[in-house]
Amino acid sequence: MLDIISIGIVPFLVIVIVIHGYLKNVDIYDAFTEGALDGLKTAFRIIPNLIAIFIAIGIFRGSKAMDMLIDLVSPVTRYLRFPEEILPLVLIRPLSGSGALGVVKDIISHYGPDSLQGITASVLMGSSETIFYTMALYFGSVGVKDHGHTLRAALLSYIISVFIVVFISRYLLFNI
Amino acid sequence: MINTIWFLLVFIGILYGALTGNLGDINNIIIDQATEGVTFGISLMGVMAFWLGIMNIAEKSGLIRAISKVFRPLVRFIFPEVPANHPAERWMLMNFIANMFGVGNGATAFGLKAIKELDSINPHKGKASNAMAMFLIINMSSLQLVPLTVIKLRHDYGSRNPTDIIGITLLATSLSTIVAIIIGKMFERRRKC
Repeated sequence: MLDIISIGIVPFLVIVIVIHGYLKNVDIYDAFTEGALDGLKTAFRIIPNLIAIFIAIGIFRGSKAMDMLIDLVSPVTRYLRFPEEILPLVLIRPLSGSGALGVVKDIISHYGPDSLQGITASVLMGSSETIFYTMALYFGSVGVKDHGHTLRAALLSYIISVFIVVFISRYLLFNI
Repeated sequence: MINTIWFLLVFIGILYGALTGNLGDINNIIIDQATEGVTFGISLMGVMAFWLGIMNIAEKSGLIRAISKVFRPLVRFIFPEVPANHPAERWMLMNFIANMFGVGNGATAFGLKAIKELDSINPHKGKASNAMAMFLIINMSSLQLVPLTVIKLRHDYGSRNPTDIIGITLLATSLSTIVAIIIGKMFERRRKC
């Protein structure tokens, strides 16, 4: 069922839009190419941002500075009785999506996909976004320098949602 | 803000790499990641051209206008400073919908259009308006209804039931988005005082 939706959603949208446009007498070919040019320009414009983001995160992870950060934070989280197996994921998730996916893979292969750690990691991965990438990309694309309260609000709600995920994985699925 | 984070990532990374004797790796990482940025950007070009092309048809045929009418009350509540019927409203909606269904590249394309439109009605250029902040805060809280990548991963590692997590992920995603909207609104209020 899920497969059908995930495979079907794009073709479905396309057919609905094309039929609707055709019936409404829109010049669908011209409209498409006009929009597509806009898409090309947008994608081209964000390449410098992508390079900057990828290099910074690459250096931070590749130099093992990420691992150092995890070691630094772990005493605090141990005190909070936070499951320390998923701490690396919690720290890397806001920075790098592909990095986070790698960590989820580690956790799942190590503890098993149906373990508490595996479930918690899966749910956290599925219910959060890459904060640094999103902000750098979107604000960078329009040249906004002063981000106001965006980062503070995003990090605060991320931290709250991490605790929500830990709580509901533990109580709803494992009743412990 | 991004300035500081970017600086810290590069500075701490290189410093730590130097102290632990990983500088050789860092040279390779810089070259690889710079290439990766370009490759990824170019790979986005085709998909983004496709999505903005398709959406331009939907825009001209009035389909998007019809859809945004349905969601207008919600948008009015979350983004009171965006004028009704402004293009920013439609692009934000398209971005949210694409995000919900996991059409990542489409979401990026619409999101970049949305932030551009939001910037055009931003009274203080260079400084994020409340609407821009709220739009990103919601985006960063994750909206995806079904986490397909994770389900695939669970399947590959022999989970008894890879889709077990859908229910609680949906719950977690909804809660995190609600929390994000509330926190965004709280910060907006504090800023006014």
